[in-house]
Amino acid sequence: MRISGTHVYYYFVCKRKLWFFSKAIRMEHLDENVQLGKLLDESSYNRDSGQVMIDETVNIDFIRDWKVLHEVKKSRSIEEAGIWQLKYYIYFLREKGIAIENGVIDYPKLRRREEVELSNEDSQRLIEIMADIENICVQDKPPKLEEKPICKKCAYFEYCFI
Amino acid sequence: MESYYLFSNGELKRKDNVVRLTAPDGKFKDLKVEMTREIFLFGEVSLNTKCLNYIGQLGIPVHIFNYYGFYSGSYYPRESNVSGELLVAQVTHYADEKRRHDIAVQFVESASFNILRNLRYYRQREKDVDEAMSEIKSLRKKIAKTADIQELMGIEGNIRKVYYQAWQAIINQEIDFEKRVKRPPDNMINTLISYVNSLVYSSCLTEIYKTQLNPAISYLHSAGERRFSLCLDIAEVFKPLIADRLIFSMLNKNIITEKDFEREANFCYMKKEARQKILQAYDLRMKETVKHRDLGRSVSYRHLMRLECYKLIKHLMNDKEYEGFKIWW
Repeated sequence: MRISGTHVYYYFVCKRKLWFFSKAIRMEHLDENVQLGKLLDESSYNRDSGQVMIDETVNIDFIRDWKVLHEVKKSRSIEEAGIWQLKYYIYFLREKGIAIENGVIDYPKLRRREEVELSNEDSQRLIEIMADIENICVQDKPPKLEEKPICKKCAYFEYCFI
Repeated sequence: MESYYLFSNGELKRKDNVVRLTAPDGKFKDLKVEMTREIFLFGEVSLNTKCLNYIGQLGIPVHIFNYYGFYSGSYYPRESNVSGELLVAQVTHYADEKRRHDIAVQFVESASFNILRNLRYYRQREKDVDEAMSEIKSLRKKIAKTADIQELMGIEGNIRKVYYQAWQAIINQEIDFEKRVKRPPDNMINTLISYVNSLVYSSCLTEIYKTQLNPAISYLHSAGERRFSLCLDIAEVFKPLIADRLIFSMLNKNIITEKDFEREANFCYMKKEARQKILQAYDLRMKETVKHRDLGRSVSYRHLMRLECYKLIKHLMNDKEYEGFKIWW
Protein backbone atom coordinates (compact mmCIF):
# COMPACT_ATOMS: atom_id res chain seq x y z
CA MET A 1 0.00 0.00 0.00
CA ARG A 2 1.21 3.49 -0.81
CA ILE A 3 1.05 5.68 2.25
CA SER A 4 0.80 9.37 1.56
CA GLY A 5 1.36 12.24 3.94
CA THR A 6 -2.38 12.62 4.25
CA HIS A 7 -2.65 9.07 5.57
CA VAL A 8 -0.17 9.90 8.32
CA TYR A 9 -1.90 13.19 9.04
CA TYR A 10 -5.33 11.58 9.32
CA TYR A 11 -3.89 8.78 11.44
CA PHE A 12 -3.37 11.38 14.14
CA VAL A 13 -6.52 13.35 13.45
CA CYS A 14 -9.10 10.58 13.21
CA LYS A 15 -8.89 6.90 12.34
CA ARG A 16 -12.32 6.92 10.72
CA LYS A 17 -11.30 9.73 8.43
CA LEU A 18 -8.21 7.74 7.53
CA TRP A 19 -10.33 4.74 6.59
CA PHE A 20 -12.72 6.80 4.44
CA PHE A 21 -9.80 8.54 2.77
CA SER A 22 -8.31 5.16 1.85
CA LYS A 23 -11.63 4.21 0.23
CA ALA A 24 -11.79 7.50 -1.68
CA ILE A 25 -14.94 8.53 0.20
CA ARG A 26 -14.05 12.17 0.37
CA MET A 27 -15.95 15.12 1.69
CA GLU A 28 -13.21 17.72 1.77
CA HIS A 29 -14.11 19.30 -1.53
CA LEU A 30 -17.39 20.44 0.04
CA ASP A 31 -15.78 21.96 3.09
CA GLU A 32 -15.17 25.67 3.23
CA ASN A 33 -12.22 25.38 5.59
CA VAL A 34 -10.51 22.93 3.29
CA GLN A 35 -11.09 25.16 0.28
CA LEU A 36 -9.53 28.05 2.17
CA GLY A 37 -6.56 25.87 3.06
CA LYS A 38 -6.12 24.93 -0.56
CA LEU A 39 -6.12 28.57 -1.62
CA LEU A 40 -3.57 29.37 1.04
CA ASP A 41 -1.42 26.53 -0.19
CA GLU A 42 -1.55 27.77 -3.74
CA SER A 43 -0.96 31.41 -2.93
CA SER A 44 1.83 31.20 -0.35
CA TYR A 45 5.52 31.11 -1.11
CA ASN A 46 5.13 31.80 -4.79
CA ARG A 47 8.87 32.26 -5.14
CA ASP A 48 9.49 28.61 -4.41
CA SER A 49 8.40 26.07 -6.94
CA GLY A 50 5.52 24.41 -5.20
CA GLN A 51 4.17 20.89 -4.75
CA VAL A 52 6.61 18.11 -5.53
CA MET A 53 5.07 14.70 -5.98
CA ILE A 54 7.50 11.89 -5.26
CA ASP A 55 6.95 8.29 -6.34
CA GLU A 56 3.29 9.17 -6.80
CA THR A 57 3.01 8.78 -3.08
CA VAL A 58 4.03 11.82 -1.11
CA ASN A 59 3.20 15.32 -2.15
CA ILE A 60 5.53 17.85 -0.59
CA ASP A 61 4.64 21.53 -0.51
CA PHE A 62 8.16 22.59 -1.41
CA ILE A 63 11.80 21.66 -0.94
CA ARG A 64 14.73 24.05 -0.50
CA ASP A 65 17.99 22.81 -2.06
CA TRP A 66 16.93 19.21 -1.50
CA LYS A 67 17.79 19.73 2.13
CA VAL A 68 14.83 21.29 3.89
CA LEU A 69 11.23 20.16 3.42
CA HIS A 70 8.39 22.63 3.86
CA GLU A 71 4.80 21.99 4.73
CA VAL A 72 2.25 24.83 4.68
CA LYS A 73 -0.58 24.72 7.21
CA LYS A 74 -3.45 27.03 7.86
CA SER A 75 -3.52 26.77 11.63
CA ARG A 76 -1.91 24.95 14.51
CA SER A 77 -5.11 23.33 15.64
CA ILE A 78 -3.92 19.80 14.95
CA GLU A 79 -0.25 20.50 15.29
CA GLU A 80 0.90 17.02 16.25
CA ALA A 81 -0.58 15.52 13.10
CA GLY A 82 1.21 18.08 10.95
CA ILE A 83 4.51 17.39 12.68
CA TRP A 84 4.21 13.66 12.08
CA GLN A 85 3.22 14.22 8.49
CA LEU A 86 6.41 16.17 7.95
CA LYS A 87 8.49 13.64 9.85
CA TYR A 88 7.12 11.02 7.53
CA TYR A 89 8.22 13.06 4.50
CA ILE A 90 11.74 13.35 5.90
CA TYR A 91 11.77 9.63 6.60
CA PHE A 92 10.43 8.80 3.15
CA LEU A 93 13.04 10.89 1.32
CA ARG A 94 15.91 9.68 3.49
CA GLU A 95 14.88 6.13 2.67
CA LYS A 96 15.26 7.16 -0.96
CA GLY A 97 18.83 8.19 -0.18
CA ILE A 98 18.25 11.94 -0.22
CA ALA A 99 20.07 13.69 2.59
CA ILE A 100 17.27 15.78 4.04
CA GLU A 101 18.44 17.84 6.97
CA ASN A 102 15.16 18.81 8.55
CA GLY A 103 11.69 20.16 7.91
CA VAL A 104 9.78 23.36 8.49
CA ILE A 105 6.07 23.83 9.01
CA ASP A 106 5.00 27.23 7.78
CA TYR A 107 1.94 28.98 9.11
CA PRO A 108 1.72 31.93 6.74
CA LYS A 109 -1.46 33.20 8.37
CA LEU A 110 0.13 33.17 11.81
CA ARG A 111 3.45 34.42 10.42
CA ARG A 112 5.20 31.65 12.25
CA ARG A 113 7.24 28.63 11.39
CA GLU A 114 8.32 25.59 13.27
CA GLU A 115 11.32 23.38 12.70
CA VAL A 116 10.89 19.63 12.73
CA GLU A 117 13.65 17.05 13.18
CA LEU A 118 13.51 13.33 12.66
CA SER A 119 15.22 11.28 15.37
CA ASN A 120 15.99 7.58 15.25
CA GLU A 121 13.20 6.94 17.71
CA ASP A 122 10.82 8.83 15.45
CA SER A 123 11.80 6.61 12.55
CA GLN A 124 11.06 3.53 14.63
CA ARG A 125 7.72 4.99 15.63
CA LEU A 126 6.92 5.76 11.98
CA ILE A 127 7.48 2.15 11.01
CA GLU A 128 4.91 1.13 13.61
CA ILE A 129 2.54 3.86 12.47
CA MET A 130 2.77 2.72 8.86
CA ALA A 131 1.93 -0.84 9.83
CA ASP A 132 -0.99 0.43 11.86
CA ILE A 133 -2.25 2.55 8.95
CA GLU A 134 -2.24 -0.47 6.66
CA ASN A 135 -4.09 -2.40 9.30
CA ILE A 136 -6.84 0.17 9.56
CA CYS A 137 -7.24 0.54 5.82
CA VAL A 138 -7.75 -3.16 5.13
CA GLN A 139 -10.62 -3.45 7.61
CA ASP A 140 -13.96 -4.04 5.92
CA LYS A 141 -15.68 -1.60 8.24
CA PRO A 142 -14.72 1.93 9.24
CA PRO A 143 -13.42 2.30 12.82
CA LYS A 144 -16.06 3.21 15.40
CA LEU A 145 -16.98 6.83 15.87
CA GLU A 146 -15.11 8.57 18.68
CA GLU A 147 -16.60 11.89 19.53
CA LYS A 148 -13.99 14.61 19.83
CA PRO A 149 -14.22 18.38 20.02
CA ILE A 150 -12.76 18.67 16.50
CA CYS A 151 -15.66 16.64 15.05
CA LYS A 152 -17.81 19.74 14.82
CA LYS A 153 -15.38 21.37 12.42
CA CYS A 154 -14.74 18.28 10.34
CA ALA A 155 -15.91 17.90 6.75
CA TYR A 156 -17.24 14.49 7.77
CA PHE A 157 -19.29 15.77 10.69
CA GLU A 158 -22.65 15.32 9.00
CA TYR A 159 -21.61 12.05 7.50
CA CYS A 160 -20.51 10.61 10.86
CA PHE A 161 -23.34 11.92 12.98
CA ILE A 162 -26.33 11.34 10.74
CA MET B 1 -24.66 28.05 -3.41
CA GLU B 2 -27.38 28.88 -5.89
CA SER B 3 -29.45 27.15 -8.51
CA TYR B 4 -30.03 29.10 -11.70
CA TYR B 5 -33.33 28.68 -13.52
CA LEU B 6 -32.93 30.23 -16.95
CA PHE B 7 -36.11 30.89 -18.85
CA SER B 8 -35.01 33.27 -21.56
CA ASN B 9 -33.86 32.19 -24.97
CA GLY B 10 -30.40 33.03 -26.10
CA GLU B 11 -26.81 32.05 -25.98
CA LEU B 12 -24.96 30.58 -23.05
CA LYS B 13 -21.25 31.28 -23.33
CA ARG B 14 -18.08 31.42 -21.39
CA LYS B 15 -17.08 35.03 -21.07
CA ASP B 16 -13.67 35.21 -19.38
CA ASN B 17 -14.25 33.51 -16.07
CA VAL B 18 -18.01 33.70 -15.89
CA VAL B 19 -20.83 32.07 -17.76
CA ARG B 20 -22.99 34.61 -19.55
CA LEU B 21 -26.49 34.20 -20.90
CA THR B 22 -27.15 36.69 -23.67
CA ALA B 23 -30.75 37.17 -24.78
CA PRO B 24 -31.59 37.93 -28.43
CA ASP B 25 -32.09 41.60 -27.55
CA GLY B 26 -28.52 41.82 -26.29
CA LYS B 27 -29.36 41.86 -22.60
CA PHE B 28 -27.17 39.53 -20.60
CA LYS B 29 -26.92 37.90 -17.24
CA ASP B 30 -23.68 36.67 -15.71
CA LEU B 31 -23.80 33.60 -13.51
CA LYS B 32 -21.63 33.62 -10.45
CA VAL B 33 -19.86 30.39 -11.28
CA GLU B 34 -18.19 29.90 -7.93
CA MET B 35 -21.59 30.05 -6.30
CA THR B 36 -23.47 27.96 -8.84
CA ARG B 37 -24.74 24.60 -7.74
CA GLU B 38 -26.66 23.71 -10.89
CA ILE B 39 -28.28 25.29 -13.94
CA PHE B 40 -31.78 24.60 -15.23
CA LEU B 41 -32.42 25.50 -18.86
CA PHE B 42 -36.03 26.10 -19.85
CA GLY B 43 -35.62 28.38 -22.83
CA GLU B 44 -34.16 27.75 -26.23
CA VAL B 45 -30.50 28.13 -25.49
CA SER B 46 -27.54 27.47 -27.68
CA LEU B 47 -24.21 26.72 -26.11
CA ASN B 48 -20.85 25.62 -27.37
CA THR B 49 -18.27 23.13 -26.19
CA LYS B 50 -16.14 25.90 -24.77
CA CYS B 51 -18.99 26.67 -22.43
CA LEU B 52 -19.65 23.01 -21.63
CA ASN B 53 -15.96 22.46 -20.95
CA TYR B 54 -15.93 25.32 -18.52
CA ILE B 55 -19.12 24.23 -16.79
CA GLY B 56 -17.76 20.71 -16.65
CA GLN B 57 -14.49 21.86 -15.16
CA LEU B 58 -16.43 23.62 -12.44
CA GLY B 59 -18.52 20.50 -11.88
CA ILE B 60 -21.88 22.16 -12.43
CA PRO B 61 -24.66 19.88 -13.69
CA VAL B 62 -27.02 21.38 -16.29
CA HIS B 63 -30.62 20.14 -16.40
CA ILE B 64 -32.46 20.61 -19.64
CA PHE B 65 -36.21 20.94 -20.12
CA ASN B 66 -38.06 20.91 -23.41
CA TYR B 67 -40.53 23.36 -24.89
CA TYR B 68 -43.38 21.89 -22.87
CA GLY B 69 -41.43 22.07 -19.64
CA PHE B 70 -40.71 18.36 -19.46
CA TYR B 71 -37.37 17.16 -18.26
CA SER B 72 -35.29 15.91 -21.13
CA GLY B 73 -31.91 15.24 -19.56
CA SER B 74 -28.86 16.51 -17.77
CA TYR B 75 -25.33 17.40 -18.70
CA TYR B 76 -23.54 15.52 -15.96
CA PRO B 77 -19.89 16.60 -15.82
CA ARG B 78 -17.15 14.05 -15.52
CA GLU B 79 -17.27 12.28 -12.18
CA SER B 80 -14.56 13.74 -10.01
CA ASN B 81 -15.50 11.93 -6.83
CA VAL B 82 -15.12 8.32 -7.69
CA SER B 83 -14.64 5.60 -5.14
CA GLY B 84 -14.08 2.19 -6.67
CA GLU B 85 -14.81 0.53 -3.36
CA LEU B 86 -18.14 2.27 -2.99
CA LEU B 87 -19.09 1.41 -6.55
CA VAL B 88 -18.36 -2.25 -5.87
CA ALA B 89 -20.44 -2.06 -2.70
CA GLN B 90 -23.30 -0.42 -4.62
CA VAL B 91 -23.24 -3.18 -7.19
CA THR B 92 -22.99 -6.07 -4.74
CA HIS B 93 -25.93 -4.68 -2.80
CA TYR B 94 -27.87 -4.49 -6.03
CA ALA B 95 -26.96 -7.96 -7.25
CA ASP B 96 -27.84 -9.66 -3.99
CA GLU B 97 -31.63 -9.93 -3.95
CA LYS B 98 -31.88 -9.89 -0.17
CA ARG B 99 -29.62 -6.89 0.31
CA ARG B 100 -31.31 -5.00 -2.48
CA HIS B 101 -34.69 -5.70 -0.94
CA ASP B 102 -33.55 -4.43 2.48
CA ILE B 103 -32.67 -1.05 1.01
CA ALA B 104 -35.71 -0.84 -1.24
CA VAL B 105 -37.99 -1.57 1.73
CA GLN B 106 -36.57 1.47 3.49
CA PHE B 107 -37.42 3.71 0.55
CA VAL B 108 -41.01 2.52 0.48
CA GLU B 109 -41.36 2.57 4.28
CA SER B 110 -40.29 6.17 4.54
CA ALA B 111 -42.05 7.37 1.40
CA SER B 112 -45.35 5.94 2.64
CA PHE B 113 -44.75 7.27 6.13
CA ASN B 114 -44.33 10.73 4.65
CA ILE B 115 -47.45 10.24 2.57
CA LEU B 116 -49.38 9.45 5.74
CA ARG B 117 -48.00 12.59 7.31
CA ASN B 118 -49.48 14.63 4.49
CA LEU B 119 -52.83 12.95 4.88
CA ARG B 120 -52.79 13.39 8.64
CA TYR B 121 -52.23 17.09 8.16
CA TYR B 122 -55.26 17.35 5.92
CA ARG B 123 -57.37 15.27 8.26
CA GLN B 124 -56.65 17.88 10.94
CA ARG B 125 -58.04 20.38 8.48
CA GLU B 126 -61.18 18.35 8.25
CA LYS B 127 -60.65 16.84 4.87
CA ASP B 128 -62.16 13.46 4.29
CA VAL B 129 -59.07 11.29 4.06
CA ASP B 130 -59.79 8.78 6.83
CA GLU B 131 -60.44 5.92 4.50
CA ALA B 132 -57.28 6.51 2.50
CA MET B 133 -55.27 6.71 5.70
CA SER B 134 -56.47 3.41 7.06
CA GLU B 135 -55.99 1.72 3.71
CA ILE B 136 -52.43 2.97 3.48
CA LYS B 137 -51.76 1.96 7.07
CA SER B 138 -52.79 -1.60 6.35
CA LEU B 139 -50.79 -1.64 3.11
CA ARG B 140 -47.75 -0.41 4.99
CA LYS B 141 -47.83 -3.46 7.25
CA LYS B 142 -47.09 -5.62 4.23
CA ILE B 143 -44.01 -3.72 3.10
CA ALA B 144 -41.44 -5.50 5.25
CA LYS B 145 -43.08 -8.86 4.61
CA THR B 146 -42.78 -8.71 0.84
CA ALA B 147 -40.76 -11.53 -0.66
CA ASP B 148 -39.18 -9.67 -3.55
CA ILE B 149 -38.85 -6.32 -5.28
CA GLN B 150 -41.70 -7.11 -7.66
CA GLU B 151 -44.12 -7.54 -4.80
CA LEU B 152 -42.73 -4.48 -3.03
CA MET B 153 -43.26 -2.39 -6.15
CA GLY B 154 -46.82 -3.66 -6.25
CA ILE B 155 -47.51 -2.50 -2.68
CA GLU B 156 -45.88 0.81 -3.43
CA GLY B 157 -48.09 1.22 -6.48
CA ASN B 158 -51.19 0.48 -4.45
CA ILE B 159 -50.23 3.00 -1.79
CA ARG B 160 -49.76 5.67 -4.45
CA LYS B 161 -53.09 4.81 -6.03
CA VAL B 162 -54.97 5.23 -2.76
CA TYR B 163 -53.02 8.39 -2.03
CA TYR B 164 -53.77 9.99 -5.38
CA GLN B 165 -57.46 9.19 -5.03
CA ALA B 166 -57.44 11.19 -1.80
CA TRP B 167 -56.23 14.26 -3.67
CA GLN B 168 -59.76 15.04 -4.77
CA ALA B 169 -60.58 15.63 -1.12
CA ILE B 170 -57.43 17.55 -0.33
CA ILE B 171 -57.51 20.02 -3.18
CA ASN B 172 -60.08 22.79 -2.94
CA GLN B 173 -60.31 23.47 -6.64
CA GLU B 174 -62.66 21.55 -8.82
CA ILE B 175 -60.31 19.01 -10.33
CA ASP B 176 -60.61 16.03 -12.50
CA PHE B 177 -57.99 13.69 -11.15
CA GLU B 178 -58.55 10.00 -10.83
CA LYS B 179 -55.26 8.41 -11.56
CA ARG B 180 -51.72 9.18 -12.44
CA VAL B 181 -51.03 9.35 -16.15
CA LYS B 182 -47.56 10.01 -17.51
CA ARG B 183 -45.96 10.47 -20.90
CA PRO B 184 -47.82 12.59 -21.69
CA PRO B 185 -49.83 13.74 -18.68
CA ASP B 186 -53.47 14.20 -19.62
CA ASN B 187 -54.80 16.74 -17.14
CA MET B 188 -53.58 19.61 -15.02
CA ILE B 189 -52.82 17.62 -11.89
CA ASN B 190 -50.83 15.05 -13.82
CA THR B 191 -48.96 17.81 -15.58
CA LEU B 192 -48.18 19.48 -12.27
CA ILE B 193 -47.00 16.23 -10.72
CA SER B 194 -44.77 15.44 -13.68
CA TYR B 195 -43.24 18.88 -13.61
CA VAL B 196 -42.61 19.16 -9.90
CA ASN B 197 -41.38 15.60 -9.62
CA SER B 198 -38.86 16.22 -12.36
CA LEU B 199 -37.53 19.16 -10.36
CA VAL B 200 -37.14 16.99 -7.28
CA TYR B 201 -35.49 14.36 -9.41
CA SER B 202 -32.97 16.83 -10.86
CA SER B 203 -32.15 18.20 -7.43
CA CYS B 204 -31.49 14.67 -6.18
CA LEU B 205 -29.13 14.19 -9.10
CA THR B 206 -27.25 17.36 -8.23
CA GLU B 207 -26.85 16.20 -4.65
CA ILE B 208 -25.80 12.68 -5.66
CA TYR B 209 -23.22 14.21 -7.97
CA LYS B 210 -21.47 15.71 -4.96
CA THR B 211 -21.06 12.31 -3.36
CA GLN B 212 -19.26 9.20 -4.55
CA LEU B 213 -22.52 7.39 -5.25
CA ASN B 214 -23.12 6.22 -8.80
CA PRO B 215 -26.49 7.58 -9.91
CA ALA B 216 -27.23 4.70 -12.26
CA ILE B 217 -27.34 2.00 -9.60
CA SER B 218 -30.59 1.99 -7.69
CA TYR B 219 -32.44 -0.41 -5.45
CA LEU B 220 -36.18 0.11 -5.61
CA HIS B 221 -36.18 1.00 -9.29
CA SER B 222 -34.26 -1.24 -11.62
CA ALA B 223 -30.79 0.00 -12.22
CA GLY B 224 -29.40 1.44 -15.36
CA GLU B 225 -32.55 1.70 -17.39
CA ARG B 226 -31.49 4.57 -19.59
CA ARG B 227 -31.58 6.92 -16.65
CA PHE B 228 -30.07 7.86 -13.35
CA SER B 229 -32.45 5.70 -11.40
CA LEU B 230 -30.89 6.26 -7.99
CA CYS B 231 -32.44 9.73 -8.15
CA LEU B 232 -35.83 8.09 -8.48
CA ASP B 233 -35.22 6.05 -5.35
CA ILE B 234 -34.17 9.02 -3.29
CA ALA B 235 -36.79 11.32 -4.79
CA GLU B 236 -39.44 8.80 -3.72
CA VAL B 237 -38.73 9.65 -0.10
CA PHE B 238 -38.89 13.42 -0.62
CA LYS B 239 -41.77 13.74 -3.07
CA PRO B 240 -44.47 13.84 -0.36
CA LEU B 241 -42.57 16.45 1.63
CA ILE B 242 -41.44 18.68 -1.21
CA ALA B 243 -43.42 18.03 -4.40
CA ASP B 244 -46.86 17.09 -3.11
CA ARG B 245 -47.04 19.75 -0.44
CA LEU B 246 -45.98 22.34 -2.99
CA ILE B 247 -48.73 21.25 -5.36
CA PHE B 248 -51.38 21.30 -2.62
CA SER B 249 -50.44 24.76 -1.51
CA MET B 250 -50.23 26.21 -5.03
CA LEU B 251 -53.68 24.88 -5.85
CA ASN B 252 -55.37 25.58 -2.54
CA LYS B 253 -54.14 29.14 -2.52
CA ASN B 254 -55.31 29.49 -6.12
CA ILE B 255 -51.86 30.51 -7.25
CA ILE B 256 -52.20 27.94 -9.99
CA THR B 257 -55.57 27.42 -11.65
CA GLU B 258 -57.09 25.94 -14.77
CA LYS B 259 -56.08 29.12 -16.62
CA ASP B 260 -52.41 28.25 -16.27
CA PHE B 261 -52.76 25.24 -18.53
CA GLU B 262 -53.14 24.71 -22.19
CA ARG B 263 -54.79 21.62 -23.57
CA GLU B 264 -53.87 19.94 -26.77
CA ALA B 265 -55.36 16.87 -28.38
CA ASN B 266 -54.39 14.31 -25.79
CA PHE B 267 -52.29 16.13 -23.31
CA CYS B 268 -52.05 19.17 -21.20
CA TYR B 269 -49.15 21.47 -20.55
CA MET B 270 -48.36 24.42 -18.40
CA LYS B 271 -47.88 27.97 -19.55
CA LYS B 272 -44.50 29.56 -19.09
CA GLU B 273 -45.63 31.96 -16.36
CA ALA B 274 -47.07 29.09 -14.39
CA ARG B 275 -43.81 27.19 -14.64
CA GLN B 276 -41.97 30.23 -13.36
CA LYS B 277 -44.33 30.65 -10.44
CA ILE B 278 -43.84 27.04 -9.48
CA LEU B 279 -40.08 27.20 -9.81
CA GLN B 280 -39.94 30.22 -7.57
CA ALA B 281 -41.99 28.44 -4.95
CA TYR B 282 -39.90 25.32 -5.40
CA ASP B 283 -36.64 27.17 -4.94
CA LEU B 284 -37.94 28.84 -1.78
CA ARG B 285 -39.11 25.55 -0.41
CA MET B 286 -35.76 23.91 -1.05
CA LYS B 287 -34.09 26.64 0.95
CA GLU B 288 -36.44 26.24 3.88
CA THR B 289 -34.68 24.85 6.90
CA VAL B 290 -35.48 22.57 9.78
CA LYS B 291 -33.47 21.84 12.87
CA HIS B 292 -32.02 18.40 12.44
CA ARG B 293 -32.54 16.21 15.46
CA ASP B 294 -29.39 14.11 15.19
CA LEU B 295 -27.06 16.82 13.97
CA GLY B 296 -28.36 19.67 16.08
CA ARG B 297 -27.92 21.95 13.09
CA SER B 298 -30.30 23.71 10.79
CA VAL B 299 -30.46 22.00 7.43
CA SER B 300 -32.36 22.94 4.29
CA TYR B 301 -34.82 20.63 2.58
CA ARG B 302 -32.30 20.33 -0.21
CA HIS B 303 -29.60 19.32 2.20
CA LEU B 304 -31.81 16.55 3.54
CA MET B 305 -31.30 14.91 0.14
CA ARG B 306 -27.55 14.94 0.53
CA LEU B 307 -27.83 13.57 4.04
CA GLU B 308 -29.89 10.75 2.58
CA CYS B 309 -26.97 9.99 0.26
CA TYR B 310 -24.63 9.92 3.25
CA LYS B 311 -26.89 7.48 5.05
CA LEU B 312 -26.91 5.26 2.02
CA ILE B 313 -23.11 5.35 1.77
CA LYS B 314 -22.89 4.40 5.43
CA HIS B 315 -25.13 1.44 4.80
CA LEU B 316 -23.17 0.32 1.77
CA MET B 317 -19.86 0.66 3.61
CA ASN B 318 -21.02 -1.47 6.56
CA ASP B 319 -20.98 1.56 8.79
CA LYS B 320 -24.60 1.96 9.85
CA GLU B 321 -27.83 0.45 8.62
CA TYR B 322 -29.85 2.72 6.36
CA GLU B 323 -33.09 4.09 7.66
CA GLY B 324 -35.07 6.24 5.25
CA PHE B 325 -35.93 9.84 6.04
CA LYS B 326 -39.21 10.29 7.89
CA ILE B 327 -40.75 13.67 8.54
CA TRP B 328 -40.19 14.25 12.25
CA TRP B 329 -41.96 17.54 12.75
